[in-house]
Amino acid sequence: MIAEQLAGKRIAITGSTGFVGTALVERLLRSAPGCELVLLIRGAKRGAPERARREIFKNDCFDRLRAEFAGADETFDEMIARRVHAVNGDVSADGLGLDEAGRALLVSCETVIHSAAAVAFDSPLDKAVEINLLGPSRIAQTLTELNVTPHLVAVSTCYVAGNRRGNAPEELVSEGPFDLGLDWRKEVASARRLRSDNEAASRDPERLRSFQAAARKELGAAGAPALASKTEHLRERWVTDQLVEAGRARATSVGWPDAYAFTKALGEQALMETKGNVPVNIVRPSIIESALAEPRPGWIRGFRMAEPVILSYARGLLTQFPGVPEGTVDVIPVDIVVAAIIAVAATGPSAPRITQVASGGINPLKYQTLVDNIRAWFTEHPLYDAEGQPIVVPEWKFPARGKVQQQLKRAKTLITHAEQVLQALPLRGTQATWAARLEERKTDIERAYEYVQLYGLYTECEALYQVDNLLTMWNSLDESDQAAFNFDPRSVDWPSYISTIHLPSIVTHARAKTRPGKNRNDRADRLRRSVLSPDRHLAAFDLENTLISSNVVESFSWLATRRLNMPERVRYVLRTLAQAPGLSSMDRKDRADFLRFFYRRYEDAPVAQIAEDSKELLTQLIVTKSFPAGIRRVREHRALGHRTVLITGALDFVVAGLKPLFDEIVAAEMTVRPDGTYSGELASAPPTGETRAQVLADYCAAEGLLLEESIAYADSTSDLPLLECVGFPVAVNPETRLAAIARKRGWLVEDWEKAPGGPRPLLPIGTMLGERERKRSFVGSAMTRGRF
Amino acid sequence: MPRPGFVLEVDRNTPPILFWRGENFSLEKLPAGRSRVIYAPEPLEPLVDIDGAIRHALLNPIDHDPLPELLFPGMKLTIAFDDISLPLPPMTRPDIRQRVIEAVLDLAADAGVDDVHLIAALALHRRMTEAELRHAVGDRVYDAFAPRGLLYQHDAEDPDQLEYLGQTPQGEDVEINKRAADSDLLVYVNINLVAMDGGWKSTATGLSSYKSLQHHHNPQTMEATRSFMDQHKSELHKSNWRMGQVMVDSGVKVFQIESTMNTDTFPKPFGFLSKREWEWNARDRASFIASSSALKRTPARIARNIFHSIEAPHQMTSVQAGEVDAVHKVTTANVWKQQLVEVQGQTDILTMGIPFICPYNVNSIMNPILVMCMGLGYLFNMYRGKPLVKEGGVIIMTHPTPWDFHPVHHPSYIDFFEQVLSETTDPHVMSKKYEKRFAEDEWYKHLYRTSYAYHGVHPFYMWYWGAHGMQHCSRVIIVGGDVKAVRRLGFTPASTMDDAFEIASDVVGSSPTITHIHTPPVLVADVK
Repeated sequence: MIAEQLAGKRIAITGSTGFVGTALVERLLRSAPGCELVLLIRGAKRGAPERARREIFKNDCFDRLRAEFAGADETFDEMIARRVHAVNGDVSADGLGLDEAGRALLVSCETVIHSAAAVAFDSPLDKAVEINLLGPSRIAQTLTELNVTPHLVAVSTCYVAGNRRGNAPEELVSEGPFDLGLDWRKEVASARRLRSDNEAASRDPERLRSFQAAARKELGAAGAPALASKTEHLRERWVTDQLVEAGRARATSVGWPDAYAFTKALGEQALMETKGNVPVNIVRPSIIESALAEPRPGWIRGFRMAEPVILSYARGLLTQFPGVPEGTVDVIPVDIVVAAIIAVAATGPSAPRITQVASGGINPLKYQTLVDNIRAWFTEHPLYDAEGQPIVVPEWKFPARGKVQQQLKRAKTLITHAEQVLQALPLRGTQATWAARLEERKTDIERAYEYVQLYGLYTECEALYQVDNLLTMWNSLDESDQAAFNFDPRSVDWPSYISTIHLPSIVTHARAKTRPGKNRNDRADRLRRSVLSPDRHLAAFDLENTLISSNVVESFSWLATRRLNMPERVRYVLRTLAQAPGLSSMDRKDRADFLRFFYRRYEDAPVAQIAEDSKELLTQLIVTKSFPAGIRRVREHRALGHRTVLITGALDFVVAGLKPLFDEIVAAEMTVRPDGTYSGELASAPPTGETRAQVLADYCAAEGLLLEESIAYADSTSDLPLLECVGFPVAVNPETRLAAIARKRGWLVEDWEKAPGGPRPLLPIGTMLGERERKRSFVGSAMTRGRF
Repeated sequence: MPRPGFVLEVDRNTPPILFWRGENFSLEKLPAGRSRVIYAPEPLEPLVDIDGAIRHALLNPIDHDPLPELLFPGMKLTIAFDDISLPLPPMTRPDIRQRVIEAVLDLAADAGVDDVHLIAALALHRRMTEAELRHAVGDRVYDAFAPRGLLYQHDAEDPDQLEYLGQTPQGEDVEINKRAADSDLLVYVNINLVAMDGGWKSTATGLSSYKSLQHHHNPQTMEATRSFMDQHKSELHKSNWRMGQVMVDSGVKVFQIESTMNTDTFPKPFGFLSKREWEWNARDRASFIASSSALKRTPARIARNIFHSIEAPHQMTSVQAGEVDAVHKVTTANVWKQQLVEVQGQTDILTMGIPFICPYNVNSIMNPILVMCMGLGYLFNMYRGKPLVKEGGVIIMTHPTPWDFHPVHHPSYIDFFEQVLSETTDPHVMSKKYEKRFAEDEWYKHLYRTSYAYHGVHPFYMWYWGAHGMQHCSRVIIVGGDVKAVRRLGFTPASTMDDAFEIASDVVGSSPTITHIHTPPVLVADVK
């Protein structure tokens, strides 16, 4: 019957890229073969049809349908092309952002199913208001403007009932006993006002300075453009955080668990007030979880409500979660929700005004049952930690919410302190990666903290959602419809659903580690293979701490002391040690300034003598302190036909010995005076920070190479512009901050070391030459003159 | 009168035997009744008047006109000399090379020769540092020639410095140093530490290039070289001799000066290292305990520095000059006089302690590849007649074999270890698949020419050096070695000597015969 009722109809759907939307599209295409679909999708950059292809039809939700089309006369893609029209549309814009063709398609629809929503618990208030509160009214309004009255099915949530105990019937909140008489228009106005207030507040000079400081702390001397972009990013995040907090506060103040439920509730009210002649039905699911049977048991898209909590528990991250053991967790499988929506759509405007799809009222899942089943399942199928050891899940004690929050807060404080200490240490390579892992752990705890804060409210909610309308509709179906469109919440056997459907599904979905044994670091191998693919064009290398463990001060010291006698050497070393702290803080602030300042010391150095000494420098400093694996990597790139480029703030003569490794060396250069001595002044801006990215971009453009096909190796956040401008960034022996960034962004990290057992000169000082060769040192006279 | 070499049959009363372990040593008890220890002959008496002997050799050469008669004003004279790989350990000053070169230069000055070049015959070895050159030729020679660019090192990768002389009847290319080839006289100053050195190998190898060397430095030749200590059974030497003939035919005039040394290897405090264990006195025992336990606590880097600062007191036992082949015959006889020990029959297990030094890690690090080369290349080949160990037998070495490399001296070794050995330990496979790539690598060439790196192909040669040993033995065990490094070499790691015997029993049964080659000092087993 349902299939027949929908045959020949055209159904518009919003939110089709979401969890419910995707399942809805699939179910309609598979189980109601006579209908056509118009998908309103926010086009963004790619456009609606491309997004539909990538984000809807590539999902494993369609595996079953694809399989059914294998060998059929019409292919899956042909069927999609015939039955599905994707148009650019946006429920947060007036007129739904439709163009002429889109409006024409919408006009041709007999039914509109509105399932678009901002469901994330951390949506900022204004976004939630635009989508959840105003979205449904905008649709109704647009339809009215287009002078059509198709059947509108709006998907809402049971939680619009707010925090209450006892029965929650299938009625509008405004018609119930607990209505506060809120004016949704005022809420819209104040949410918009909050956005502009916070936007203004975020631009307060004091606050901008703090964003700037935070950006610098995170990125170090990454250059002005990178810092600016980070600062702006931090400002935007601050505004978002304020609005998230505002939403949460407003929602709880008027009796809803969060901004989602609050805006949805007002959205229903607004829709009813503004619908005009458009016939409206509302479907309210409770917490939607993985599919019971359709398209396959356990199908899920994205992470919903309970999964993050369950996985945090299985990973041993969350040892406690608040809730009352005898309380009800109102969960409903997605396919039941989808079937109910379709049934309402098929029935048409004559269906009940509001249909709740929930389990609590007739087939309740007790919190205790949920927890016991989860614990039993993970005891039998434990997840494994990075060391390959099974994680033992703790006993669940049902503590109060406040207690759990306190516990998590304490853990976070501890980790934050540890992290601050580690950030301050000059760590590199493996230790830095370790510190980065700590940061990840902090993020995990932060997340867990938010879950507890938010979902705690849901688990503590003791409302019982009535499903009388749903059951009436269910009883009116004939047997074939009941078989094809099961939406009877009583059909779920909770223990079996949890242990055979839901948990296996989310564990697979999360790619959690379910086998013992250490990780073989497959990811790094895979990344390395992609870096060493013949398809790449160019590999750019930083020098210091990427290919050699040395720096400009060392090379200067070596060259400067090579021709000094013993007492002069001692004097030189003492002076340099005394200046070291000042120099390194200057280096941290701005690399280019530091180089300019430091290179002044080469003033008066004879060019010929430096060239002569640089030959020996190759052996005693560069090769001695090189990372053989790094040098090997350069050569591997060459062998693969990639261009190799060295970009360094070191002086050209220092790196002259590395010429055979690189197609191009970009180094700092000093001007030469007519008398054949160096001036100590740089000929042009030294290649540091963002200049490096620019240099590389220019080189690629001139040589017809693609930055996206290029690789960059660097060790510090000051190289971020360089790393970010290429397609394949590699962090080499990263310092803590870069290690954290590399981890977050999934970059390849290499730990390269000096040759094991090789010489470790204590001080970068040239070996003593015979009396005769010490003839002329450019530093001796400079020191006497007290230049440094 | 120094005592000759000696083979000790181990019985219940035999004290534990000294095994070298890199920069340390240990005492190991060998099973009684089936073990024997080969001791080197004691150092021969050195020449008393070394300078007189040198002068005598130059004035009374073998099968050749006296040197003064070959020198004339306006001539081009080139003096080539052996590099840092000889002698081992480096000798106390004055070095033999300095004495010989000074004598030659005196004669040249007397004859009014003013176009003289001195060339270190490096082949594909690393360049010597200024200090090392000064040690070899002396400050006087160095200061007189080096600043004017007249004392330099052979560069096998400089096409302008090489001259192609033609091919041997077997089709082997002969390419040597251009200045040496163009000179009116090439004087070669050699130190013959072992029987492998000298003869035509001095010039045909020391002054040549990869183009030439690849004809005899390859797995086929090395497997057919039934001890490179025995010139007459060595394909390596036969090839060098053929190349020498090409040089003669091309008009290169060589005046060969060869010298032999005694085996007085260690200075006084380390005297116990050359002594036979049952003759150790209280002081020897005390020095052993003191030094071995102190070294155990010393970081490897420092221990290395200590050992590499050892200068050996060894001295010249003979010097002869003249026609290459004739001179080398006399030299070889003098080497045998010092080193040969007669041994009856082969053994199931050959044990050897790998010392801190080999020809390729002077002032450097004995990396795992060199450990292999020292054991399977050098010590295994210290035989005449038959190998000490039976075919299919087992070799047990003692060495810590750390995963350590000298970044300046051995850059291509690092890559060889990481890239080649991780894939194959078969000399034939690697020679076909990888040798050319390493040999022609621009970066290695650059480091060889401008820094102090062994040539890119050198680690392959080291591996080929062990080819005969690898082919001959069925198993190699390293006691006390870094497990990962030993496995990478394709060998078996063992923690103690007893474990090693246990592992070997798979191959040679539970009561095998064992022979320990007690060296250094150098000895060659004449296996009957």
